[in-house]
Amino acid sequence: MIFMFLAVVSLFMALPLVYAIVQSLKPINEIFAYPPRFFVQRPTISNFRQVFILSDSLWVPFTRYLFNSVFVSVIGTVIYVLISTAAAYPLAKGKFAGKALVFNMVVWTLLFTTEVTAVPKYLVVAKLGLVDTYWALIFPYFANTLGVFLVRQFIVSSIPDSTLEAARIDGASEYRIFRSIVIPSVKPAWLTLTILAFKDLWNGGSSGDYIYSESLKGLNAAMSSIAAGGLGRTGAACAVAVLMMIPPIIIFLYSQSSVMETMTHSGLK
Amino acid sequence: MNLPQSLSKAEIRKSAPYYVLLAPFLLFFIVFMLIPVLSAIALSFTDFNMVQVPHIVGLKNYVQIFLNDEVFMKAFRNTLVFAAVTGPVGYILSFVVAWLINEMGRKTRTVITFLVYAPSLTANVYFIWTYLFSSDTSGFLNNLLIKMGIISDPIYWLTDVKYNFSVVMVVIIWLSFGTGFLAFVSGLQALDKTYYEAAALDGLKNRWQELYYVTFPQMGPQLLFGAVMSISGAFAVGYHNKALTGFPSTDYSTHTILLHALDYADNRYELGYASAVSVILFALMILSWILVNKVLKKFNDE
Repeated sequence: MIFMFLAVVSLFMALPLVYAIVQSLKPINEIFAYPPRFFVQRPTISNFRQVFILSDSLWVPFTRYLFNSVFVSVIGTVIYVLISTAAAYPLAKGKFAGKALVFNMVVWTLLFTTEVTAVPKYLVVAKLGLVDTYWALIFPYFANTLGVFLVRQFIVSSIPDSTLEAARIDGASEYRIFRSIVIPSVKPAWLTLTILAFKDLWNGGSSGDYIYSESLKGLNAAMSSIAAGGLGRTGAACAVAVLMMIPPIIIFLYSQSSVMETMTHSGLK
Repeated sequence: MNLPQSLSKAEIRKSAPYYVLLAPFLLFFIVFMLIPVLSAIALSFTDFNMVQVPHIVGLKNYVQIFLNDEVFMKAFRNTLVFAAVTGPVGYILSFVVAWLINEMGRKTRTVITFLVYAPSLTANVYFIWTYLFSSDTSGFLNNLLIKMGIISDPIYWLTDVKYNFSVVMVVIIWLSFGTGFLAFVSGLQALDKTYYEAAALDGLKNRWQELYYVTFPQMGPQLLFGAVMSISGAFAVGYHNKALTGFPSTDYSTHTILLHALDYADNRYELGYASAVSVILFALMILSWILVNKVLKKFNDE
């Protein structure tokens, strides 16, 4: 019974992803075959090759979209992990005025995803002159408080006060403590933030609203314009989908045990 | 007499590093979260349209929304139904799956966790569903149903108002095994095993009692965290509807509050009105969080 249930759930979860992989490997005649078969008979990589040379349905070369996505997600993830970890330490162990206020705001705004604040955020992005720059895709993401929250919870339950006290008695400054004690001991937490931020930035989400120039758009834009090309483009669109699945999956598999360790501390009290 | 002052100066010097470490995050948080939310509240009382100087119009936007905007009422109802179904279903399914795989071997658990989390990981691959639900006879589901003799003509899954709402709901549930699910899996793993032994000695009869009396109380913090994640996802519904069923969907059948706000902002430049719509969405999210928080806390205290 339990196995049946889990099998059904897993099948349901995996179906679209498997379908994307299968379609991406189909030659054009199999995509149009009637009646359609689920599995591919003669796998080919022509769809993937087509994506890289396809110019009629894309405005700029595919490699440009690829570069934009890589740039935005890598730079964004690195900075996000740094500033979230830095902010988490004072919120976990510091004593200063306003600490409770800041932490409460962090918890409350966990409710607000980037999508729901899109309308008022657009005005801010526009006022700052960020519309149509890479920063419009990167900066607003840094207001996502999940990172600060997760690292803060991790520090609270994994670094004892006595360790920090001992370091202070030895004359270490707070910065020194942060660098030599906090950062190394919260490695699972920042690995977790790496995958969470990377997948969000890589997948693009709603941030496309701030970009007009085709030359600054990412893979998700390329994927939708190819998919909009109709049934004949199914293979190519699925090939992009498969290419887009690979990086987040690899990073997740690499960091899965760290993610699970971090999530142990994620509880809200 | 100078002592308190010098003391507070020392205090400030002592806490200075904390402010420095906090500063970069706080800057982005204020600029891209606090200011947008607060300005939405302020603009919701104006007729701001990006061109003219805004005037304060009091509650006019809100009155207009609730009394004269039929499309909004549809979006409002849809959002509530989406949230009330996909939120709890995603939440409960996440917990049930996490609970079922908890006592399996490490390998099985890792594989299933990965499989179930994969859609959230590859979030924008959800457009694949449009192929599965494609409206012609070669669409995956239509073809399957025709072959099995259940239907004779293809169903317009994404545009027929009888089906498209449910289809979007299926896709959103598919995407709802996210951060909350991971928190459940690892929270269950970290539970103190000695409680279970003690409870068994105390005469717990079955696994349901064990779940109720031992697991839930210990999982309280994770359950709360998962609830925040569920609510934030459940009310942010809109972008997927737009991608799957088009904008506007047939008769606004999958229209939501978020899409309504985006429509007024992006297409009509009525920012004051769009802000009021956004503020209503914020209020709904906060209200449901307060409610869920109360229920879960009460449940935990028992």
